[in-house]
Amino acid sequence: MEIIQKLFANELIVSILLSLLPLVFIIAYALVVLYTEMKVAAHIQDRVAYMRTGWHGLLQPIADMLKLLQKEDIIPDKADKLLFRLAPIIAFVGTYAAYAVLPFSSIYIGSNINLGAFFLVAVGSLVVVGILMAGWASNNKWSLFGGVRSAAQMISYEIPTAIAIIIVVMITGSLNLQDVTKFQDGGIGNWVVFGGPSPWLQKLMLMPFTIITFFILFVSSIAEVNRTPFDLPEAESELVQGFNTEYSGMRFAMFYLSEYANLFTVSAVGIALFLGGWSSPFGTFMSGPVWGIFWFVAKAYIFVLVQIWVRWTLPRLRVDQLMYVSWKVLTPWLFVCLLSVGLILVL
Amino acid sequence: MPAVGTYFYNIFHSLYTVIVGMKITIKHLFTHSATVQYPTVKMKIPERARNRLYVNIDDCIGCDQCSMACPVDCITIDTIKSTPDVDLGLTSKNTKKRLYVPRFDIDIAKCCYCGLCVWPCPTDCIVMTDVYEFSEFDRKKLIYSFSNMSTDEIAGAQERLKKYDEEQAAKKAAVKAAAPITPPSSKPESSAS
Amino acid sequence: MIDQTMLQPPTLPTNYTVKQGHIKTSTGKTIRTEEMIINMGPQHPSTHGVLRLEIVVDGEIIVDCIPHIGYLHRCFEKHCEHMTNYQMVIPYADRMDYCSAMTNEWAFALAAERLLKIEVPERVEYIRVIMAELQRIASHLIAVGTYGIDSGAFTPFLYTFIDREKILDLFEMTCGARLLYNYIWIGGLSHDLPPKFIEQAKDFVEYFRPRLKMLNDLLSYNEIFVKRTANVGVLPKDVAINYAVSGPQLRGSGVNWDLRRDDPYSIYHKLEWEPQVGKGEMGTVGDCWDRHIVRMHEMEQCLNIIEQALAGLPEGNVKAAIPKRIRPEKDAEIYVRTESSRGELGFYIVSDGTASPFRVKARGPAFVNLSVLPEIAKGAMIADLVLIAGSIDIVLGEVDR
Repeated sequence: MEIIQKLFANELIVSILLSLLPLVFIIAYALVVLYTEMKVAAHIQDRVAYMRTGWHGLLQPIADMLKLLQKEDIIPDKADKLLFRLAPIIAFVGTYAAYAVLPFSSIYIGSNINLGAFFLVAVGSLVVVGILMAGWASNNKWSLFGGVRSAAQMISYEIPTAIAIIIVVMITGSLNLQDVTKFQDGGIGNWVVFGGPSPWLQKLMLMPFTIITFFILFVSSIAEVNRTPFDLPEAESELVQGFNTEYSGMRFAMFYLSEYANLFTVSAVGIALFLGGWSSPFGTFMSGPVWGIFWFVAKAYIFVLVQIWVRWTLPRLRVDQLMYVSWKVLTPWLFVCLLSVGLILVL
Repeated sequence: MPAVGTYFYNIFHSLYTVIVGMKITIKHLFTHSATVQYPTVKMKIPERARNRLYVNIDDCIGCDQCSMACPVDCITIDTIKSTPDVDLGLTSKNTKKRLYVPRFDIDIAKCCYCGLCVWPCPTDCIVMTDVYEFSEFDRKKLIYSFSNMSTDEIAGAQERLKKYDEEQAAKKAAVKAAAPITPPSSKPESSAS
Repeated sequence: MIDQTMLQPPTLPTNYTVKQGHIKTSTGKTIRTEEMIINMGPQHPSTHGVLRLEIVVDGEIIVDCIPHIGYLHRCFEKHCEHMTNYQMVIPYADRMDYCSAMTNEWAFALAAERLLKIEVPERVEYIRVIMAELQRIASHLIAVGTYGIDSGAFTPFLYTFIDREKILDLFEMTCGARLLYNYIWIGGLSHDLPPKFIEQAKDFVEYFRPRLKMLNDLLSYNEIFVKRTANVGVLPKDVAINYAVSGPQLRGSGVNWDLRRDDPYSIYHKLEWEPQVGKGEMGTVGDCWDRHIVRMHEMEQCLNIIEQALAGLPEGNVKAAIPKRIRPEKDAEIYVRTESSRGELGFYIVSDGTASPFRVKARGPAFVNLSVLPEIAKGAMIADLVLIAGSIDIVLGEVDR
């Protein structure tokens, strides 16, 4: 950071550059995840996926993106044109804003605010607005279904996420994601998912609850990024493509990108809160600011891999079952965890 | 309480079945793929494969049986009778060819690959090959002409047949003309003309 | 001049008036509500082809559902009348239910044989049974795989296709075609079995049993799948019988009826097997899960039949009984029904004494089974409708013919 500051010596340019950094990262990351997703899905299904563009189809994601950018941008005649144009931007802004508080490394965080975790939850709901807008503005009944479903889903799954965050905040004592990560620094044993760096008796008592909390956060994170088994907003066999149906070209690419960016965000949150963020799992070995970025991205990548694995295994839930899982399973269990963790911490 | 029991049972049972499913999929992640890279690698086609039709026109005797058997009428055959002075040769089954086949067209776009045309052929000259890559941009190119006769040859054959027919007709007429004379009774109209 | 009425959007459902209502919000405002008509298909991804469903929904709940068919109508019956030979109908019969072509051609061949009073050699009957049961497995594999897609699980579909591919390979080595065989001829078969067939078929049976268990673990007993399909689209016994539903769908409703046993043809009475019936294991008898599991169990029974038929395969000439010239008596008529992969497939043939049939009527199982859809779809959600339509396992080629 200091290097860049020295280089340009102008605060505006520096801050613009710094805020553009995640964008570059998102695009690169989306390409990698796109490739991984296709390859993993294919191999799970005994296929090989693309093999022609580059070595084992390595260039295919780039080709896909270029194709999307070149495509004709179609706005339906009867659509609400303003909202239709606005929707992908809002959805993307919602996901992009979350990157401001993600602690990529001990020295790189967009904005080290004290309400980091809270900000994440708040900004994350902006995506719902974008999707709802897209669903409504398309003037397509299937899109509308997708939009409404998505709104209901994201709102119900934000509650388990928020409670899970509260549990971690209770243990670590801070809403600042950088502080939360620093709290877990120093090896795999200090991660919150294993009870955090507390005395071993307390740790042992905390462990079952933190593991359950982490698992629930994982489930609700899948729901928040609309992936199977919770991919109701874009359920292909039911709603064709949900809110995406009428979008094409650049605007569709925006939604696509925001989906993958969101995928990283939820994994990053899970990592920063539970799996020690940028800290190395081996204590001081391989730790440092640069290694920090590596660990953060690597952990997020593994998180995403598991999500992909789940996606290509399970069928989809129905709307009412989705609500059942959120309100009758995840939320009550989290409340139990919340109370128990609180009690253990007081004792 | 059974209701509480089912609640917990459902949760753990769903987790268990999810894990069972995920175990299966991860096993498949590391197994060999079942597909092949098609244009570069091709699967073996069995002997009896029914793909594009091929006609060995040298053996064709123009009997039209394949065209009759075709349920989609994709085979069109024209024939010209040969004159006795021309020897069309023998087929590989040693049957004598008596007809010119100036046109033997198969519209492969219509063909349904049922193979019904192959069985009735007396000389086994229409067969299904193992060629399956023959897509075209122009549909007209899918009409395959198997006849090896040039337009001159066709015209020649037609002319010869016409001549032969005329000769035959003339002969017949001559016979006919001669016939009424041999019997003693003659008709007045024929003599008048 | 273009007829203006043709450009109008369709005003269907014909006898349905959209109901309007009012609800009061917590703030005391009244909001007007209205049912919504949605067109599902013919380009919808989960209508298995070109079925068009017009559905009236209240939110996501289906109030009414009207299927529209005919997008794939190819005049099968009229075509048959124009064939100059009975044998030429068989490629057309193949194309009716293209997922299960072997059973179709068998049904037609059987009808023609009974019309001509031909006795078929024993070996032919055995080979036909083997082929039809392999085809039944292949067809059920598609049904199960696409059902997985309908429910959102994509992976089982590809696994089923790997297995189906092996069956198609067997067919290809026998008769040269992979989908539309023209293998079962009137009075015989087009080819005898190739030398390595029996060996490979036995290998397949051995290979397929564990695969079935894997498919069950991956899909059938997955709790999410069970929750999605159990108690959904319940088709009670009496409704099923009233709608003349047949095949796995009827058996899923708990009716023990299988034409292979109850109106026996060929050598089925000599073999040991059991028709599978839905028992309501996960929910009510006759729900989507029952229909699904009946198919899964039926595949296992098919394997039993194939094993027995392979073991008892007699020697003989498969072309011995093929008639030189097919010319039934004048004014002869016949209706023959068989159990195809989807249910009762019947052919009604009237002869006028010439070489071409005077009239051929096909009684397709998918068409009849589809008619029950509006009855069981009411009150379900859109997501359920997809699963209900999938569990009926229609092939539009046969519905529209």
